[in-house]
Amino acid sequence: MAERLAIRKTYKLYIGGAFPRSESGRSYPVSTPDGDLLAHAARASRKDLRDGVSAARKAVPGWSGATAYNRGQVVYRIAEMLDGRRDQFAAEVAAAEGVHTSAALAQVDAAIDRLVWYAGWADKFAQVVGGTNPVAGPYFNFSIPEPTGVVGVLAPQSSSLLGLVSVFAPVIVTGNATVVVTSQDRPLPAVSLSEVLATSDLPDGVLNILTGITAELAPWLASHKDVNAIDISGAARGLRADLQQAAADNVKRVFLDPDESWEAEPGLRRLTAFVETKTVWHPVGL
Amino acid sequence: MAKKSTAKPDRPTPVFEYAPAPESREIGRLKPSYQIFVDGAFRDGSGEAVKTINPADEQPLAEVSEAGPADVDDAVRAARRAHTEVWGPMAGRDRAKYLFRIARAIQERARELAVLESLDNGKPIKESRDVDVPTAAAHFFYYAGWADKLGYAGFGPNPRSIGVAGQVIPWNFPLLMAAWKIAPALAAGNTVVLKPAETTPLTALTLAEIIAEADVPAGVVNIVAGGPAIGQALVEHNGIDKIAFTGSTEVGKLIQRSAAGTGKRLSLELGGKAANIVFEDAPLDQAVEGIVNGIFFNQGHVCCAGSRLLVQESIADEVVAALERRLTTLRLGDPLDKNTDIGAINSAAQLARIHEMADTGTAEGAERWSPPCELPARGFWFPPTVFTGVSQASRIAREEIFGPVLSVLTFRTPGEAVEKANNTPYGLSAGIWTEKGSRILWMANQLRAGVVWANTFNRFDPASPFGGYKESGFGREGGRHGLEAYLG
Repeated sequence: MAERLAIRKTYKLYIGGAFPRSESGRSYPVSTPDGDLLAHAARASRKDLRDGVSAARKAVPGWSGATAYNRGQVVYRIAEMLDGRRDQFAAEVAAAEGVHTSAALAQVDAAIDRLVWYAGWADKFAQVVGGTNPVAGPYFNFSIPEPTGVVGVLAPQSSSLLGLVSVFAPVIVTGNATVVVTSQDRPLPAVSLSEVLATSDLPDGVLNILTGITAELAPWLASHKDVNAIDISGAARGLRADLQQAAADNVKRVFLDPDESWEAEPGLRRLTAFVETKTVWHPVGL
Repeated sequence: MAKKSTAKPDRPTPVFEYAPAPESREIGRLKPSYQIFVDGAFRDGSGEAVKTINPADEQPLAEVSEAGPADVDDAVRAARRAHTEVWGPMAGRDRAKYLFRIARAIQERARELAVLESLDNGKPIKESRDVDVPTAAAHFFYYAGWADKLGYAGFGPNPRSIGVAGQVIPWNFPLLMAAWKIAPALAAGNTVVLKPAETTPLTALTLAEIIAEADVPAGVVNIVAGGPAIGQALVEHNGIDKIAFTGSTEVGKLIQRSAAGTGKRLSLELGGKAANIVFEDAPLDQAVEGIVNGIFFNQGHVCCAGSRLLVQESIADEVVAALERRLTTLRLGDPLDKNTDIGAINSAAQLARIHEMADTGTAEGAERWSPPCELPARGFWFPPTVFTGVSQASRIAREEIFGPVLSVLTFRTPGEAVEKANNTPYGLSAGIWTEKGSRILWMANQLRAGVVWANTFNRFDPASPFGGYKESGFGREGGRHGLEAYLG
């Protein structure tokens, strides 16, 4: 009896909780590092990116207004959902990155653990970086971190899952909504991750995932007036200055950390990168 | 506003006449000429010698020798050497002691600095004396204490300085802004090249004297007077590691663009168009004082000024009438007079800008009101001005005026107040006036602004982080948070 013929998956975008193809109708071939064709991924256009930004903007009030406890649970839920599909992701990471399945599995596990780590930060972060300020006068004064808003993220090019999770988790756990442009050549684990997100109680639009050509999408993300901050670490070195320049149009916060040692504990840097400190004063008196 | 009383309040008959109570200008120890401070020494700059004038009477105060590009090179080189050889390696407790010395010296010379500031800037002596100078001293005192405790500040166990900071500050709080920039930078182990604003260099150059007398090692602080070209030369200099800028959003964007690809760290404190929101249950007398303080403090030359008054429709007429009554009692005139509430506009250029914006307000259909108010014949003056019936689309509701001009808008519900308050590319500050605690906290949560004053306005403290959301910039000055901009 003949071997069962495999069903091949269509890899699409993830925008506002839905899975559209690119409105442009374009796709691009994705191969293993050895050159074997894996799939044709959607090649997102400027219009897709703008749809992603507007979905993210719509999601900001609800997500930033959710309790920190709730955000922590949702991010933890992403970890749970991912954990249930370890083998699938190990296979996809192995194919995308050309590593052995055992090494890929270790990355999947690290990605799950990273989500759990960040999930726990949701309701502790403000206590660590905020607090009361002892001003010299009869005033109660406190500072708290608040989400910056819509954050554009250019995901790392090499680490298709662990790197991706490591850059988006701190953005959403602090209450931002985001548009992520995946690794250009290794996008498939990210697309599968969007299926995980869709079943994780994450509100639609909080995390939007676009596959495509980084150098084509990044300038639109950097110059978009309704994007408040951008992580350009995943952009090629030669592209970064242009992106920083475009970001000045609306005084975007620009984050750049070329360090890609994803195995180490990340610290607070990415958590503090996409928050604004708000300070509130009130008189004290009878 | 739907209905507005057209009755103009007259100036009430004063119970007491105010006798002139001028502070003596001698206290300012004004020198005939001022030099730039580079590598521990005062010297003439290679730029032009310009006269700085007193905006209250347009008379020259002193000659200031401005820096040229070569001086910026020298200053940056000196700062680099000082960072590598002296200030960077120095024990935090010793850096702290230098900063404590500076704080004390500012306190000791407080009267002199206050008079000098009022002469050069035009702000009332009661403000330079009670706000600018003591807060500047407090800033040094606050950050002095951090210098040997950086490992406890929450930025990792062994935080490091960044290197040489290029700092450009505005003319509205000349000494205070210098303190905001220099104190945290030095505490964190950086060295600085600071450019004061072209129209207000005197107190920064006097601070240089204090720093020299404190025996701060040569090159740790360099102060180069000059105009925008020198500011540009400084922020675009290859030898600096960090840019700290306070000024307009327009220039901030230029700086952010020019820093692209350089790897320089950047913090920006830019413009604002703050909403000061008054609910119908607010304590009205206090609210009116807060509105006045919010927009007329420092002639409105304040980036976080409460320049948009959002008042609940039900009390709009009452609030505007009370405000107009209060404004008729403000005293405009000699900045050195201790009774003066409103001083001079800092420069002819700024006065022209305020006139242009105010004329736009009238042209766009808003109703303009100023108290009966005699302006001095010489100098740069603008009366306190209130616009009612302002639409959200009007330029005077959208653009920063940086002058004593208040735009009044109304709202019906808290949700509408939030929407209007946030309807701006800026996000520096906001005010809330209401007796209801839960509403204060809800509003504070909803407003997209870095500083929210509830039942108060325009309070500043070295322990309190200050800075903007959105196009009002990024980074914080003050408090533990203020160290982050100067640690690597």
